[in-house]
Amino acid sequence: MSELIKLTATEIAGLVAKGETSAVEVTQAHLDRIAAVDDRVHAFLHVDTEGALAAARRVDERRAAGEELGPLAGVPVAVKDVLTTKGVPTTVGSKILEGWRPPYDSTIVQRLRDAGTVMLGKTNMDEFAMGSSTEYSAYGPTHNPWDLDRIPGGSGGGSAAALAAYEAPLSIGSDTGGSIRQPGAVTGTVGAKPTYGGTSRYGLVAFSSSLDTPGPCARTVLDAALLHQVIGGHDPRDSTSIPQPVPDVVGAAKLGATGDLTGVKLGVVTEFTGEGAEPGVLAAFRESVDALAKLGAEIVEVSCPHFRYALPAYYLIAPSECSSNLARFDGVRFGLRVGDDGNRSLEEVMSLTREAGFGAEVKRRIMIGTYALSSGYYDAYYGQAQKVRTLITRDFTAAFEQVDALISPTTPFVAFPIGARTADPYQMYLADLFTIPTNLYGGPGISVPCGLSDGLPVGLQVMAPTMADDRMYRVAAALESVVGTFTPPAL
Amino acid sequence: MTTTLPAYDEVVARYEPVIGLETHVELGTNTKMFCGCPTDFGGEPNTRVCPVCLGLPGSLPVANKAAIEATIRIGLALNCSIAEWCRFARKNYFYPDMPKDFQISQYDEPLCFDGYLDVEVGGELVRIGIERVHLEEDTGKTLHVGGATGRIHGATESLVDYNRAGIPLVEIVTKPVPGTGALAPEVARAYVTELRDVLRTLGVSDVRMEEGSLRCDVNTSLNLPGEEWGTRTETKNVNSLRSVERAVRSEMLRQASVLDAGGKITQETRHFHEDTGDTTPGRSKETATDYRYFPEPDLVPLAPDPAWVAELKAALPELPRLHRRRLQEQWGLSDLDMQSVLNAGAVELIEATVAAGATPAAARKWWLGELSRRANETGVELADVGATPEQVAELQGLVDAGKLNDKLARTVLEGVVAGEGSPTEVMTNRNLEVVSDTGALTAAVDEAIAANPDVADKIRSGKVAAAGALVGAVMKTTRGQADAKTVRELILERLGAQG
Repeated sequence: MSELIKLTATEIAGLVAKGETSAVEVTQAHLDRIAAVDDRVHAFLHVDTEGALAAARRVDERRAAGEELGPLAGVPVAVKDVLTTKGVPTTVGSKILEGWRPPYDSTIVQRLRDAGTVMLGKTNMDEFAMGSSTEYSAYGPTHNPWDLDRIPGGSGGGSAAALAAYEAPLSIGSDTGGSIRQPGAVTGTVGAKPTYGGTSRYGLVAFSSSLDTPGPCARTVLDAALLHQVIGGHDPRDSTSIPQPVPDVVGAAKLGATGDLTGVKLGVVTEFTGEGAEPGVLAAFRESVDALAKLGAEIVEVSCPHFRYALPAYYLIAPSECSSNLARFDGVRFGLRVGDDGNRSLEEVMSLTREAGFGAEVKRRIMIGTYALSSGYYDAYYGQAQKVRTLITRDFTAAFEQVDALISPTTPFVAFPIGARTADPYQMYLADLFTIPTNLYGGPGISVPCGLSDGLPVGLQVMAPTMADDRMYRVAAALESVVGTFTPPAL
Repeated sequence: MTTTLPAYDEVVARYEPVIGLETHVELGTNTKMFCGCPTDFGGEPNTRVCPVCLGLPGSLPVANKAAIEATIRIGLALNCSIAEWCRFARKNYFYPDMPKDFQISQYDEPLCFDGYLDVEVGGELVRIGIERVHLEEDTGKTLHVGGATGRIHGATESLVDYNRAGIPLVEIVTKPVPGTGALAPEVARAYVTELRDVLRTLGVSDVRMEEGSLRCDVNTSLNLPGEEWGTRTETKNVNSLRSVERAVRSEMLRQASVLDAGGKITQETRHFHEDTGDTTPGRSKETATDYRYFPEPDLVPLAPDPAWVAELKAALPELPRLHRRRLQEQWGLSDLDMQSVLNAGAVELIEATVAAGATPAAARKWWLGELSRRANETGVELADVGATPEQVAELQGLVDAGKLNDKLARTVLEGVVAGEGSPTEVMTNRNLEVVSDTGALTAAVDEAIAANPDVADKIRSGKVAAAGALVGAVMKTTRGQADAKTVRELILERLGAQG
């Protein structure tokens, strides 16, 4: 196994910049690793070998020509299959888009290309990002490198597993209810959900428009910050994009790495440290809180009374939006078309296509959402959920008047065995219990490894006010400076 | 089904109509509502498209500021309140001409609301309440191939052209208009006409009904006096001003015949047929489609700056009704004369003709006379009759210069309308110019005198009135191309008589 794959993105970029290794060499090392382990991990749905090597060659040529390279030039990145990639298959983990090659790049992918990073391929995910285990991918589950019989989290299990399996030093995820942070937590990697509107959704195949947030995944906090810096910032193609510069997340990560949190006040969310979480998770969390206190942080308990309604509100808002967003998958213009034998009506072909193309969980959410938006039910469901969303936002606002950031375990339980929670949707939904409030509020959240429970990784979540993404990077980097990074057993 | 329809007079004697109009206007912005694709009409199918207006996965809309501005200006011109804060909403339904299978529209928060438009019908001012003016995106166009009707039933293939998908569309909805009685059809037409003129004056749309940039749905119901309003039908496919009037009238007659027979009106969409002038049922609205409206999460709310709105209001052009009042004064017309100009749809045509150099009286004479007659005969709008204001002004110029007399001018106009070219070209090509060459005329006069010695004697003896017979003879030999006045003077001169 090449040592190159064990390096952080920061290290790789440094070596490439100095000419001590080439982007092609780095890319080839990761492609070799993917070839060696991905039949067991299944982090990737599509590996773009030729595209990656071509991109790497361009970086090497630019360096040879004396051009100044960006901070992540030559670093391989794996991209969740939810983002469009021009000419490269984009399935969203669904049969309904099998074989679709988008005619355009998402803004995030465009920025990755412009920055000279090398896109290795597209990573596995729960279909349309609906799930917490990647078991709902239409192309089979991804396996957690810590224990191949366990789930890597979801929906972005592929992006997280690719990092833990050293198939990529960086990856892109998207977080609608925890799909970046929860996989980060259960794979011992770092996953950051930026402020909603801080990263562009243009080219992100929509699940729930008011919640979807693309963001960075990495093995270290600094790497995540560097990636955040590259992909973040205003995009005129996304009306909900915030017209402000990216907060100084890289500076904050470097500051945090000094291990000094003097003057930082952190609030432990009371509601998320009780019965809902596994004892092993709580134990690792408590130890980390003590560690943060030793670094100088002032720790207080903060109650957010409406957080308990976040999960039900989420499971009305997200399905409602998805029922509309997923309407376009009708077999008329792109993707799968079923039953078009010349004798069936348009409606029949649309129905057959959607019946065959969508999985059970997607259909469940479309039906819930369709119902919740129906005339006569709208106020009781969608309207009520929006009010709850406002109350949760007020909880955050009130909390941030007392503290700089909130902390909690990222997810109530460590990676569970594949198949353990697929029978009961609600058991699966609980995985996002602690991450969903942030999405409803729109603020940033990061999961950083904080320890192990029975040999499996536990994540600590830092939540910050909107557009104060830098704060969470500082706290996460400080914790990382104490607890270190976590390496799974060799594959 | 063939039923004998009751007489219109009887219908309006028994029933009271309530009408309402929903008008869709394609805005004339350079780019589409939510993307940068061009909006020009007539391109090859699916050449004005991008990921956004094709609704490709991952694409996002960005609202067109020019379209928002145009909508606010329409709202202001229609005396509406402008929302300080409002949102777009998704209207969800499956149809292949809707790329996303939802339309971005507005629901309970329209950009403009609660206004009115005054229209003149029969010299009376009728105030039409405006419920709302909102902004949305147009759909693509579906073409059903292989069937007899061009409708989806019986078609073997359906083709979709998304060039139109995403063009900004403004919907203008009136409040129900009761109390117009027998005038309901005329009121409907007058409203759409006035609205069209307002939109044209604002310069926000080319308002061409035949190209679909102005589309109108007509709601009609009948009720017995003193009773609640009846069930309404919505008539679509009303593609001309004339059809608006015919559609209301036809639907009033049809509903009356149903009600007279003890039947009930079904709430439904009906299609107007230009050729027969009647309507046939379309989609039934009994099971109302649930569009599951909800605020569009991909767009931020609209909050027009009040100062900007005030600026737009201050910069509105003079609106048609005031403009017409000013023209009426300038042209020195009585209310009745102005009304006939309006009824003929000739205001702008006369104005343009005057601008091209004709006197108001002359311009009015041509447009209300010869050209209106031709438009009626051929069943087209006056503007489409085949002559332009510039041509009419040129024609009048030839008359004023003595090159054409009235009769010749009408012949020339025929040629112009037939597409033979400009008035001067038609005059020259058909050799219609007045003969004013005295030498040639003198010969014709002498010939006439020689052929009519009795008449010549009468004139010589002072009976000047008898000259008319000789003038007629000369006109005949010159095929009407002589100037009658000159001929008369020549005759008197040759016979030594005093005019």
